Amino acid sequence: MYNKQIMDHFQNPRNQGSLERPDGEGEAGNPVCGDMMHIYLRVKDNKITDIKFQTLGCGVAIATSSVLTTLAKGKTLEEAAKITKMDIINQLGGKDQIPPQKFHCSIIAEEALGKAIADYRQKPK
Amino acid sequence: MKTIYLDHAATTPVDSRVLKKMLPYFQDQFGNASSVHRLGQEASQAVEGAREQAAGFLGAKPEEIIFNSGATEGNNTVIKTVARLLKKQKGLNHLITSAIEHHCVLETMQSLEKEGFKVTYLPVGQQGIVSPEDFRQALTPQTSLASIMYANNEIGTIQPIAELARLAKERRVLFHTDAVQAANYLDCRVNQLGVDYLTLSAHKFYGPKGVGLIYRRTGAPLTPYLHGGAQENHLRAGTLNVPGIVGLGEAIALTRSEQAQRSKQAGRLSTRLRVGLTEKIPDLLINGDTKRRLPNNVNITIKYVEGESLLISLDLKQIAVSTGSACSSGSLQPSHVILALGVPKEFSHGSLRFTVGQDNTLDDIETVIKDLPPIVSRLRKMSPTAPAKYH
Repeated sequence: MYNKQIMDHFQNPRNQGSLERPDGEGEAGNPVCGDMMHIYLRVKDNKITDIKFQTLGCGVAIATSSVLTTLAKGKTLEEAAKITKMDIINQLGGKDQIPPQKFHCSIIAEEALGKAIADYRQKPK
Repeated sequence: MKTIYLDHAATTPVDSRVLKKMLPYFQDQFGNASSVHRLGQEASQAVEGAREQAAGFLGAKPEEIIFNSGATEGNNTVIKTVARLLKKQKGLNHLITSAIEHHCVLETMQSLEKEGFKVTYLPVGQQGIVSPEDFRQALTPQTSLASIMYANNEIGTIQPIAELARLAKERRVLFHTDAVQAANYLDCRVNQLGVDYLTLSAHKFYGPKGVGLIYRRTGAPLTPYLHGGAQENHLRAGTLNVPGIVGLGEAIALTRSEQAQRSKQAGRLSTRLRVGLTEKIPDLLINGDTKRRLPNNVNITIKYVEGESLLISLDLKQIAVSTGSACSSGSLQPSHVILALGVPKEFSHGSLRFTVGQDNTLDDIETVIKDLPPIVSRLRKMSPTAPAKYH
């Protein structure tokens, strides 16, 4: 139904789970639409040292969540904030591999990470 | 590994006895049923034989059967042509249907609304069944036609057609039923039901795809939807699909003689499936009335997970089912049927439909009962909406 990369991330999602007392967290989507993603960040010296996700959603939603965490892990906050939905989609074989109505899944991942970074930045240090 | 096919409401395989009857009509007896020569007349006789088989199943007269391409065409034809004709002849502009019809009825109704018709979409409540009292109250002097499905394709609930048709008749309103899902398991005799029109698709009862029929009671109005030929008593133009019609005839004859056995077997399997899944999976809802439903349908909502991810996980285990989740619809809208039951929107994406068929075994069902719970646990573990106990 989906290509190998998508199925791999769907079946073996990377960085799936949650973090105790995260330095930042963010959520996007909502259960009414059927897609929802929650991201947890551990940040040290301006770098994402650990990242975890939880996602409710279809195969693509889970795969895009997983890919996003692999892209963000180890990056500085500035670099991570620049990750786009196309970066995510390219890791999954490109635009033709995802049904057009599912592009929003990768937007949710991008948005959840943006919110988690914002959450970290506004927290008193 | 063999696929465990539990999606018989989507389509059924052609029964080998049906296929055998169809095959000669592709090559050896390929004639056009409208041709006057011998080959044509043989094809025509085969079509008339199928018409009698269909009439026998429906308790109708052969001349009341109109063959076509299936129920999407049938439903469009009946609803549009009857509605337009009675508007033109009598100025009637009101139609009644239910909120849980198949899209080919709902979208036909919506297209008529754009032409100026008024349409009442009757609710079904938590049980998924139209209330005869609601139906009675919806009937107005402006109502020309009511169209209510016999059994629902997603949740399998059976509508009280005989009662609704009687109420319609009292008010001289014509009554159509989409009986596509019912044919395999329910009494479809039109005089018992009291309907004016009934539509079927052969591929739902082990016949071929692309062929179906309209039953039209003698004297009930109907005009052609397709023009360009005298076939089917001038009501449906186009060269007759002879192998398809022969297949429909054989499939409907088999259904007539094997319906009781099919119901019994399907009921046994689906009951085991429902009980097994309910025992093994917490936070599971059964959708639709548990008694007034097709014996082969189990529809569940699994909280805190999304249907498409369940479906593809089952597909990886060679188990074929379907879901009402928005993610699999292409439209990003969750199932209108599940929503009509009042299932909260946040859970409406987690529905799964299992529809068993004549080739399924108890082993198939036990495999599903074994394979689905770990899939649900894995996805719940991943889900931000699931309570902590699932993480």
